[in-house]
Amino acid sequence: MFEIIRKQEMAKGTIVRIDIAAPKIAAKIKAGQFIILRVNETGERIPITVADVDKFGGSITIIYQVVGKTTALLRSLETGQFIRDLVGPLGRPAHVDKVGTVIAIGGGTGIAILHHVVKAMKEAGNFVISIIGAREKDMLILQDEMDLISDELVIVTDDGSYGQRGFVTDPLNKYIQERSDIKLIYAIGPIIMMKNVCKITGKAKLPTMVSLNPVMIDGTGMCGGCRVRVGGKTQFCCVDGPDFDGHQVDFDELEKRNSMYLKQEKDSLLFSIR
Amino acid sequence: MLDYDVKYLKFKTYLSTYCPHCHTSFNVKQKDHDIISFKAKYHQQDMDLHLSPYLDVFEVESSLAIEQDDVLDDLICPHCKKSIVDLARPCEECGSHTAKVIISAYSKLIPFFICLKYGCEWHGLTKADERTIKLKIPRQEMPEQDQKLRIHNFIEVPYGLTTELALLEAGRCLQCKAPKCVEGCPVNIDIPTFVRLITEERFDEAAKKIRERNILPAVCGRVCPQEDQCEGKCVLGTRDNPVAIGNLERFVADYERKMDLIKIPAVKKIPNKRVAVIGSGPGGLTCAADLTLLGYSVTIFEALHQTGGVLVYGIPEFRLPKSIVESEIEYLKKMGCKVELNHIIGTIYTVDELLENFNAVYIGVGAGLPSFMNIDGENLNNVFSANEYLTRINLMKAYRFPEYDTPKPIGNRVAVIGGGNVAMDCARTSLRCGASEVTIIYRRSRKELPAREEEIIHAEQEGIKFKLLTNPVRYIGNDLNWVKGAECVEMKLGEPDESGRRRPIPLEGSNFTYACDMVLVAIGNGPNPVIFNTAPQLNRNKWGYVEVNPETMETSLEFVYAGGDIVTGSATVIQAMGAGRIAANSIHKKLSAST
Repeated sequence: MFEIIRKQEMAKGTIVRIDIAAPKIAAKIKAGQFIILRVNETGERIPITVADVDKFGGSITIIYQVVGKTTALLRSLETGQFIRDLVGPLGRPAHVDKVGTVIAIGGGTGIAILHHVVKAMKEAGNFVISIIGAREKDMLILQDEMDLISDELVIVTDDGSYGQRGFVTDPLNKYIQERSDIKLIYAIGPIIMMKNVCKITGKAKLPTMVSLNPVMIDGTGMCGGCRVRVGGKTQFCCVDGPDFDGHQVDFDELEKRNSMYLKQEKDSLLFSIR
Repeated sequence: MLDYDVKYLKFKTYLSTYCPHCHTSFNVKQKDHDIISFKAKYHQQDMDLHLSPYLDVFEVESSLAIEQDDVLDDLICPHCKKSIVDLARPCEECGSHTAKVIISAYSKLIPFFICLKYGCEWHGLTKADERTIKLKIPRQEMPEQDQKLRIHNFIEVPYGLTTELALLEAGRCLQCKAPKCVEGCPVNIDIPTFVRLITEERFDEAAKKIRERNILPAVCGRVCPQEDQCEGKCVLGTRDNPVAIGNLERFVADYERKMDLIKIPAVKKIPNKRVAVIGSGPGGLTCAADLTLLGYSVTIFEALHQTGGVLVYGIPEFRLPKSIVESEIEYLKKMGCKVELNHIIGTIYTVDELLENFNAVYIGVGAGLPSFMNIDGENLNNVFSANEYLTRINLMKAYRFPEYDTPKPIGNRVAVIGGGNVAMDCARTSLRCGASEVTIIYRRSRKELPAREEEIIHAEQEGIKFKLLTNPVRYIGNDLNWVKGAECVEMKLGEPDESGRRRPIPLEGSNFTYACDMVLVAIGNGPNPVIFNTAPQLNRNKWGYVEVNPETMETSLEFVYAGGDIVTGSATVIQAMGAGRIAANSIHKKLSAST
């Protein structure tokens, strides 16, 4: 049983940030790694990449968007209540080296994971330019935190209600044209966003890392549900990832695989409402 | 008068009762087959008719009256009207009346006397005749859930032996002086003794006898491949069918659990001796149990949210109810063994870190990395590894979706690739999840199917189709990336390969497409690398399995032991338990030497 020690709702309550007391995991977890949690006895196991960690306080922070039954259930838990199971750290940590200038791109709740990676990138001594985007102003998260840890921060919204109008790829194009010292791109967000980022950086031949979030059960390499095709080869996201070379990832397949349970997810939600 | 619930054993085929006087076939209240039956209503006093173990066979039908003479009346030959009660020959033990009966076994007529007094077991059989009669008792089949009914539920298929059947089955055991069955058992359970205890109706003692060597009797009674182990060595097997040792083990274990007779042995702790066991599968549990009994403080680390390893995520509910695994683990916890769930060794602690806190470490993580064939279309939607499919259904209880949140994969025409027990489990599970047609695709012939015969028969009974000598070459998907068919090629068998099985060779141009909307790949597992990423010093062979000294199960690291599938590759529950036991003994030897 793991206690929720802090809870904060963001983006009109559609995105929730919780801090969970898990000292053993907090002591070990690194940027880019994820945990799997199960809210209650009948719950599903869902993977969530960690957004931040407090090693001294012994807690981890996760930020999730409420999209289905499990996340709705998780949101219903208040500070002081418990999550049934939490297991981690899972996956390989993000590969963080001092390379020079790094562009970090985050979209939607991907910003949460990006935050943890950018922090590590910054600590390693990189110059980090962050581009974060959301549908509209109210949906943007972690703007202040990202501002604090990035050397430059660009904000874009689809409807132009805040920052620049457009997609994260627009400022990315601009930076690629203007700066020649970019060594690494790190993109986390919706699959379509990562795919488009990789299209651009592929042309410019810039190394690009993406963090994937496929459907998985155990997270230890046992089920193989999280298969992704990387460079024509099948990889298990849970043990070989979640970070992969973005130019090698077959995003179309991933997107289709992630839609495998749409019908059941709807049924499950309807069942719980009823 | 009192209706007495007679414990009867079906004496089935062999008792063709002849009248000792006129030598005509004596009664025949025969039911179907040749079950001869008597019915007795006993008076409570000592003139109760006792049916000795060999005559309890009779199903009880007609009534016996109060008076002694009346009892005798019922044993009168319908032909010559003479009683078969032999007044001239009293029982040699209690002096009561006896009845003379003749039975035919293997075309040999064996006359003998039975004592009619309740409680007396005397009969005039010689040892040799007794043996001959025993040999005539057929192997008792376990009652099973109806074939048509069971494909719609997850309730266990075999119901287990009834007391009557268990007594009769145990009676078949010849009690060999040098029992071969014990040799066949990887953990050397004293099989003849526990079987004898069953015949004496001392079921709890029988269970205790098994527990001396095996902490998971209810599990092993269900999933052990007995035909290759204890039962494979049974001497009765050469002439007839072997004693159903597995079914008897299951019977006493279930009896013990249901009657709440499980006693927690008192353990004297050895101070400051701590052992970590990684993985709570059958091997880890056995190692932990043995060490706990020896007085060590044992902590089991389990990566999942439930203990049991393959017993809970792999083997389906209808073959091994999860409540049984739970109760066996509960027993272990009560003995004082600690269990840490949700701990993945390799990421939360490394093996080195464990060694700082523990005197020894046992690695029993199993072989959990699913293999694929690396053919086109394996990443299509609704193509699953057996592991994923079974984990969803068993561990996450997706078969009860939406009551449980984990989605249940939907397939109408299911292709299962592979021919092992896991493939049978997958096929039978998908049938219960609503598939209308399930086909097992296996590249060799039926004879080479690696699954247990019992599992294959169950699958066939449930209507699962077998496409043998067939191998998939690619999976075909629709526009939305969902699988819609498997392109297969027919095979023929060539020369035997190094494993001794005949190598399958594809037949050129025999390709055909099997239409299906779900594919379950059950072609085996490899070793999971997670734990070894942080322990590179651990020597492993070319397949990635841990190298150990087979005598002690010690790895290349001192104080680190390993056993089960992570050493041997996919094998059986009891073999993992055997390895866990060897490791526990050598850990004990090593740790007691180091003080």
